[in-house]
Amino acid sequence: MQAAELALDQVSCVYGEVKAVDRVSLVVPPGTYVVLLGPSGSGKTTLLSMLGGFTVPTSGRVLIGGEDVSNVPPARRPTATVFQDYALFPHLTVAGNVGFGLSVRKVPPAEIDKRVGAALERVGLAGYGPRAISAASGGQRQRIALARALVTEPALLLLDEPLGALDLSLRRQMQDELRRLQRGEGRSFVHVTHDQEEAMAIADLMVIMNAGRIEDMGPPSRLYERPRTRFAAQFLGESAIIEGRVVSSTGDHLQIDTPCGRLAVVGVRAPGDRVALAVRPEALRVGSPSPGALSLGRLQVTESVYQGSFLRVSGRTASGVRLLAKLPSQPLPAGAEVDGIEMSVRADGLVLLED
Amino acid sequence: MSPRVTTRADRLQGLLVMLPLFVFIYLPVAVLVLFSFHAGQVPVPPFEGPSLEWYGKVMSNERVTGSAASSLWVGVLSSAVATLLATLAAWGLARHRVPGRRLVEGLIMLPLAVSYLVIGVGLLVAFSAIDVSKSLWCVGIGHVVLNLPLAFVVVVGQFDASQVRLEHAARDLGASEFQVFTRVTVPLIRPAIIAAFLLSLTFSWDEFIVSFLLSGFDPTLPVVIWGMLRSGLNPQTNAVGTLVFGVSLIAAVVFELVLLRQVGKGAHAGR
Repeated sequence: MQAAELALDQVSCVYGEVKAVDRVSLVVPPGTYVVLLGPSGSGKTTLLSMLGGFTVPTSGRVLIGGEDVSNVPPARRPTATVFQDYALFPHLTVAGNVGFGLSVRKVPPAEIDKRVGAALERVGLAGYGPRAISAASGGQRQRIALARALVTEPALLLLDEPLGALDLSLRRQMQDELRRLQRGEGRSFVHVTHDQEEAMAIADLMVIMNAGRIEDMGPPSRLYERPRTRFAAQFLGESAIIEGRVVSSTGDHLQIDTPCGRLAVVGVRAPGDRVALAVRPEALRVGSPSPGALSLGRLQVTESVYQGSFLRVSGRTASGVRLLAKLPSQPLPAGAEVDGIEMSVRADGLVLLED
Repeated sequence: MSPRVTTRADRLQGLLVMLPLFVFIYLPVAVLVLFSFHAGQVPVPPFEGPSLEWYGKVMSNERVTGSAASSLWVGVLSSAVATLLATLAAWGLARHRVPGRRLVEGLIMLPLAVSYLVIGVGLLVAFSAIDVSKSLWCVGIGHVVLNLPLAFVVVVGQFDASQVRLEHAARDLGASEFQVFTRVTVPLIRPAIIAAFLLSLTFSWDEFIVSFLLSGFDPTLPVVIWGMLRSGLNPQTNAVGTLVFGVSLIAAVVFELVLLRQVGKGAHAGR
């Protein structure tokens, strides 16, 4: 089947009292690499399971290519899954595994051979067909599972923490290969992970989930630089949060009173509203503010850790706000622990959060 | 208890206990086999021979060979049916939420605890109540009743969560429920299915009571042997007995091999 649009319309899944997935709506254009990211228990795996047809939504609809598949069993869905533990059939050879989806659809054996060979070649395992599954390494099993799912030409490929069992270097390599495969195939991949580096490295569309709901979604750069919610700001990377109150609003410019002084940010709120600002550690600078930057006052350094390319500095301002900064790796000025250091932030480094 | 070193005296002691036990168990079989090669007319010591005379007699006795063929047919068919039903029952119970599942499992296994005589008489009464005359088919049905619980016990322990994931994967790849069963479930537990079949076969092969009660004019081998014994001891019965024992032994050995291979595979997979 050709690439198709995926749409979720107010999808929920309730187990007894627990809302595993709570009214999730989402539209994924054809040919998109989607990554569902969230802590365990956030509902990302349940959501994937509903896409694959293993879990029936309690309410809402799942549409693939405009067709409502909410109640269609896995065997008749245009989806294929790469399972977390790969779920390869131990009684079949590598080729037997990859060809399984074609063989149950009664594809002629000659064509199965051809397509299995092509699929194995695409994942870099040409010639591995006759081998036993037990002889394959972790990385090879991963590729076999990938080939087995792709050979059926699904409209949607679902990947459930596919790289979790691999070591770091292999994981990086497979990330690149997944990207390459997805671009080459032109179909949508939906990939579940709790590894944010992995998510940022491969996603076109990143969906951050928490407690069964979508916290934020968009391209990784937007999500990282301008997180929408407090959860997104703190889950993805590290952020300091500065609480404050709006004192005045002109057009889309706000003046906000915070423990670090009065700060100007872009946004629309009514005066008097309580708001929270997120600050990425990269946005902080030492010294008095350069033009276009805002002062945050003096930071009493409690810990500074040398990390090679940067210095990770955490501390607390006189007003009690905890800040975290990634600074160029050069020694801090003498007395940073006692007198503190002057900190400033780029004006666009302050992000107004929705909650 | 503190660990002990096994001394020669300990081993001797062990041997003294084990030896009488093995003699007690295997002496009758050994005597049976030995006197099947006896050259005289009556199977009593001293042993004369060896001779294959009685085997020749047995092989040319059409009553024996005919009933052996019947026994084999009844065994193979009833074991196949019992194993199939047991596997389907175990699969269903393992994969679905069945209300009162323990009770259902208990009911399936209950006949193991019921005397063959009770089952045989029960079937006899039931068949005559519905006007079915005694035949090998009735024996076969009886053997399915006897062997289904046995096959179920062997197979039911083989279903676990790892197969559920593999079955999910098969469905995800487009397999129908029938294809999931035949292409994934059955191959995964094949050793247990073969073991259940062989075990059923050995039980059916030398089962007497139910066969005696239900077989009518076309008896199975054990019934024929019983008939031969009624006219007194004769080395021919020893020869038949030895052949029966040989067939059971082969099935038991294959059964053990299948189970051993399965255990070996399990250890390999768990590594």
